[in-house]
Amino acid sequence: MKITMAHGSGGESTSALIRDVFAKHFHNEILDKLEDSAVVPGSGRLAVTTDSFVVTPIIFPGGDIGRLSICGTVNDLLMSGAKPMYLTCGCILEEGLDIDVLDKVIGSMAETAREAGVKIITGDTKVIENKGGEPGLIINTSGVGFIPDDLDVPGPFKLEDSDAIIISGNLGDHHAAILGTRMGIESPIKSDNAPLCEMVNSLLTEGIRVHAMRDVTRGGLGTVLNEFSSSSKCNIELVENDLPVSNSVRDFCGILGLDPLYMGNEGKMVLSVHGDDAKRAVEVIRSCKYGENACIIGKVIKNSDSSDNNNVSVITKIGGKRVVGLMYGEGLPRIC
Amino acid sequence: MCVAIPGKVIKLDGTKATVDFSGNIVNAEAGLVNVKVGDRVLVHAGCIIQTMDDAMADEMEELFKEIEDLGV
Amino acid sequence: MAEVTLSTIVKELKEYDGEEVRIMEVCGTHTAAISENGIPAMLSPKIKLISGPGCPVCVTVTAVIDKLIELSMEEDTTVLTFGDLIRVKGTNKSLADAKADGASVMMVYSPMETVKLAKENPQHKYVFAAIGFETTTPVYAMVIEEAIRENITNLRLLTSLKTMPEVIKWVVKDGGGIDGFIAPGHVSAITGSNEYEALSKELGIPFVVSGFEGPQLLATIYSLVKMKGKSGVKNMYKSVVKPEGNTTAKALVNKYFEPSDSSWRGMGKIKGSGMVLREEYRSFDAGSIGLDEDHMPAGCKCASVLVGKISPNECPLFGKHCTPDNAHGACMVSTEGSCYNYFVSGRK
Repeated sequence: MKITMAHGSGGESTSALIRDVFAKHFHNEILDKLEDSAVVPGSGRLAVTTDSFVVTPIIFPGGDIGRLSICGTVNDLLMSGAKPMYLTCGCILEEGLDIDVLDKVIGSMAETAREAGVKIITGDTKVIENKGGEPGLIINTSGVGFIPDDLDVPGPFKLEDSDAIIISGNLGDHHAAILGTRMGIESPIKSDNAPLCEMVNSLLTEGIRVHAMRDVTRGGLGTVLNEFSSSSKCNIELVENDLPVSNSVRDFCGILGLDPLYMGNEGKMVLSVHGDDAKRAVEVIRSCKYGENACIIGKVIKNSDSSDNNNVSVITKIGGKRVVGLMYGEGLPRIC
Repeated sequence: MCVAIPGKVIKLDGTKATVDFSGNIVNAEAGLVNVKVGDRVLVHAGCIIQTMDDAMADEMEELFKEIEDLGV
Repeated sequence: MAEVTLSTIVKELKEYDGEEVRIMEVCGTHTAAISENGIPAMLSPKIKLISGPGCPVCVTVTAVIDKLIELSMEEDTTVLTFGDLIRVKGTNKSLADAKADGASVMMVYSPMETVKLAKENPQHKYVFAAIGFETTTPVYAMVIEEAIRENITNLRLLTSLKTMPEVIKWVVKDGGGIDGFIAPGHVSAITGSNEYEALSKELGIPFVVSGFEGPQLLATIYSLVKMKGKSGVKNMYKSVVKPEGNTTAKALVNKYFEPSDSSWRGMGKIKGSGMVLREEYRSFDAGSIGLDEDHMPAGCKCASVLVGKISPNECPLFGKHCTPDNAHGACMVSTEGSCYNYFVSGRK
């Protein structure tokens, strides 16, 4: 069966769609009331975030837009030190979308939410006309998390001299999986879309002094580190030999003239951690799901001359050095 | 586009080759060079422009010898 | 002499204190590899690396872009192009601008896709923006060969094809004083290393063919420093580059194309520096002859950059008015362009 404009009418078709797809998968005591707004207990410091997901194809190697829409929002909450609790789900469906596909995507959202320990407590569905092409869907998720009272919330402006820069795993997998699918390049690369709850929770429980953490999404590691560097007025020096990139992604980048430093992930984070805690932090991350390739990739250097404190650079394999600047352009393939 | 890294021919159908770059599978025209399955090749703009001669691998020792030949 | 190792090369290149050596690379992939490997930071200030006219997008004159835009506006016509060219401005606008205005422009990864499209849609006309050097011309020759075999008549090329030897001579004679060339890796795979023998003798400077790995490039630069002032050709990329090159590809090019004069961005017309379709195959040409006009944007110093007279950061627009997101000249647009590479890798 396909989505029709009637599914967005607000009448019986809408109720049936919500009942048979959304409520079936998301089912929990708060959502099940199907009230105009969900009422939940809460106190102290709240973290709130929202994100919209428009990826095509909607099902890709290693994941789908549903899983992605949970990971993106959950990971954003985690990066501010919050424990993610509740999510909302807004879906905009295109006329003609196969209901089996929708069911798969929403099922995947529900499963990922369970994995991340969050509840989807309210939602909305609209149907729009198909403007040509494969009918798709757009998902918006907003999320709320609670920040522990005693937590010194990490931030991009809190990097300190001699901090270690740690990445939780291989770079570029999500970006390469999506781009490869769009371009029809067959490859074993799978999206790394994953919620990082266990990892962040373990780091904070173990008392690792995390000064900043950020999930590495659009724009890639280079973009995140440039923001760290300019917010904290410090230099960051990476070691190319230590950057974890799988052989498949490395060659994928080679074929298209792309740089893994600017490729997006959806289940990786980069941290700036007190230098003395670095080794322990890596051990903690490696013991968590999705963290097996974590490693130290560089360090923070604050010069006494404050005018020389805004560079991200990488020491190359042959001992050269280049600046990792902001990302420009759309990464068009080179011809030569 | 020019790919600086070599790929490996895994299938050949007339002049249509399938080339593997660490698991990334790309189709390429093989009309400009004689290739056989297993050859390492350079691909440019969708065409194989040259095979890589592994016997001539550009090992650094070879390059150092070249430099020593300069007699400097 | 002492045994040469990578560490002696690295040390000597850093500590070199002889006469200044100016080395030019004329291959976009070399330009990108030099930046990616951070090589400029490893060299003594007495060794200067200069990016020459090795980026096909960067050397294309505005008349070619204007003509492509004109063709893309024609009814039932689609212009196909490589990625980088789409954002380069002609006299007034780029192909990307034309596309936003409703023109039919499509980005492809291989010119061979044109044959497939033309065959599938015989009522529609396809024009490929055939830019490039000796490496890419054989691919266009294959496109024509295939089109003839399949009896396809709705496919044409707008060519702006360049060849290296004459522009290398031009740069050495009129440019910023070059002591040696890193000979282009992929161009040489087609032309062969013998191509540089006569050139080296005539110009009295050395040529070294290089691969794309960091250590290979260092060994090449080291050789060129040692060879300064002498002619000579070294092939440091023997696994791919044969003395005679790829003879099949050369024969195919010769079948469909002939040498011609060609206009280069900011340099004007250089005799014998290009290729055009032979007379008997001109029905496949979309109007390439006589596209010589070249409107450089005000203040843009791309021309001086391309021949090594100035370094990108010596251009008054560099990094201020001209950035990859707001590029004035083609050298800042292409990811192989000198200005782009200097800008994104902080090269000085």
